[in-house]
Amino acid sequence: MTGGGVILPRRRLLAGAGGLVAAVPLLSACDAINEAPLTRKILSMGEEMHQASQRALMDRDALAREFTRADLSPVFRSNGTNLPAGDAYAAHAARGFADWRVAVTGLVNTPLSLSMADIRSMPQRSQITRHDCVEGWSAIGEWTGVQLSRVLAAAGLRDRARYIVFRCADRIGDALYYESCDLVDALHPQTILAWALNRELLPIANGAPLRLRIERQLGYKHAKYLTGIEAVASLDGIGAGKGGFWEDRVDYEWYAGI
Amino acid sequence: MGNMAEAEAPIAPPVAADAPPPPTPARVYRHRLPVRIWHWVNAVTLLILLMSGLMIFNAHPRLYWGDYGANADHAWLAIAAQGDTGYLRIGETRIETTGVLGRWTDGEGVVRKLAFPGWATIPTSYDLASGRRWHLLFAWVLAIGLTLYMLWTALGGHLKKDLHVRRGEWAPRHIWHDIKDHARLRFPRGEAAARYGILQKLSYIAVIFLLLPLMIFTGLAMSPGINAAWPWLVEVFGGRQSARSIHFIAASALVAFFLVHIAMVLLAGPVNELRSMVTGWFRLPPEKDA
Repeated sequence: MTGGGVILPRRRLLAGAGGLVAAVPLLSACDAINEAPLTRKILSMGEEMHQASQRALMDRDALAREFTRADLSPVFRSNGTNLPAGDAYAAHAARGFADWRVAVTGLVNTPLSLSMADIRSMPQRSQITRHDCVEGWSAIGEWTGVQLSRVLAAAGLRDRARYIVFRCADRIGDALYYESCDLVDALHPQTILAWALNRELLPIANGAPLRLRIERQLGYKHAKYLTGIEAVASLDGIGAGKGGFWEDRVDYEWYAGI
Repeated sequence: MGNMAEAEAPIAPPVAADAPPPPTPARVYRHRLPVRIWHWVNAVTLLILLMSGLMIFNAHPRLYWGDYGANADHAWLAIAAQGDTGYLRIGETRIETTGVLGRWTDGEGVVRKLAFPGWATIPTSYDLASGRRWHLLFAWVLAIGLTLYMLWTALGGHLKKDLHVRRGEWAPRHIWHDIKDHARLRFPRGEAAARYGILQKLSYIAVIFLLLPLMIFTGLAMSPGINAAWPWLVEVFGGRQSARSIHFIAASALVAFFLVHIAMVLLAGPVNELRSMVTGWFRLPPEKDA
């Protein structure tokens, strides 16, 4: 906050253009309040209260509503990265992702490296759900994939594991996209690694060849272009420590059930 | 704001006919402490919720009906810019709003193509994450405050004593009379000013028991976590995008209430009205001589 408005003589503030002259420093003062570390700390209490109350209200396995094919959005919008940059991804796409691997690492007994064929050979789940973007729009699509709980069971989660981190192939600016969730959402029956949208192979704009569906949270949690799944005890030291690409950069809520 | 007297309010005793007029007008203790606290907490809370809500709206300035809705779908309301023209479209009607909505110039003289202008949003420049932080924290203040206030109005007698619409007040003639008085800016004087009029009662009831709960429940209905916990809630409103539309319409109704409310305070005597909502004490406007 600058003192620009404070030193203005009172007469000028009351002058005809007073409203405008006074409004500009007032607005910048508001923005300064918004950016103050103490404010951010207080504001984040809202997220904690929402997470605690939602978890108290809902069963661990409470399902997001599943729709019918009659309810599908005519066009399923994509957002964020529509095409990951780089030759490596382009080469994978040209080969139909035949050599794509998803690494399951971290606090697991048996680290895995899964091909798309491995993932499709596991038991599959299909669900028609509503995707809610943080921006406000919604789209309904049918997703098919393997439950994350099955993949984690195959790798064997260790006792110390508390969070699952999702690594992605798309780079936005200086860093690769990533997301994370706790074990309640990781082991939820509708949390799947999806490779099909509306019964067709996942389009590149929607995260080919594999993306996360985490149906009780907003769209930015649904990491696309998955390359790795990592079980960790803490989110400290991963990215800026807030548990996700946008959480680190613009302070989106890590708990995005709100 | 409203005229609401307690039964035990210390109204000045009647003065003998031949006595000189009282030096100060009669005073009534019109607003009890919980009313005053809630009023001002709410004033700040609703302002923050509105301005941060407009920021959130700016992230996707289109409204839909039903479960889904995104750019390829039909929006019943949209704020956008086409070339140098900002506009608001409702249904098929397009209203030019250049300078205010859709296309405006910020404090530094930079042209922005966002729905609501910087002076109306928290924060002033596009920042969805911060808008959500403010909105989602102050939603708690609104919800907890409203719950406590509703309990207090019901249990503390405020509802029965001050807001309860009595049988005679429902008469169309009585309501029409109050509408005419408002239109002519003729406000009650003397002891009549100590009580709420029928229009005041109806608007406060509508805001406290309809609009504010509607804001909270349509807000909750947009939360994917609450959708899993209470699947019926979003269905009541006809889908998530309908809930978002109703949230916006109810917010607009609250803004309309606010404008009328402020106009009434200014017309009825801003100093007296403001003082009564700060100290609780209201000076009854003296009866006019016949």
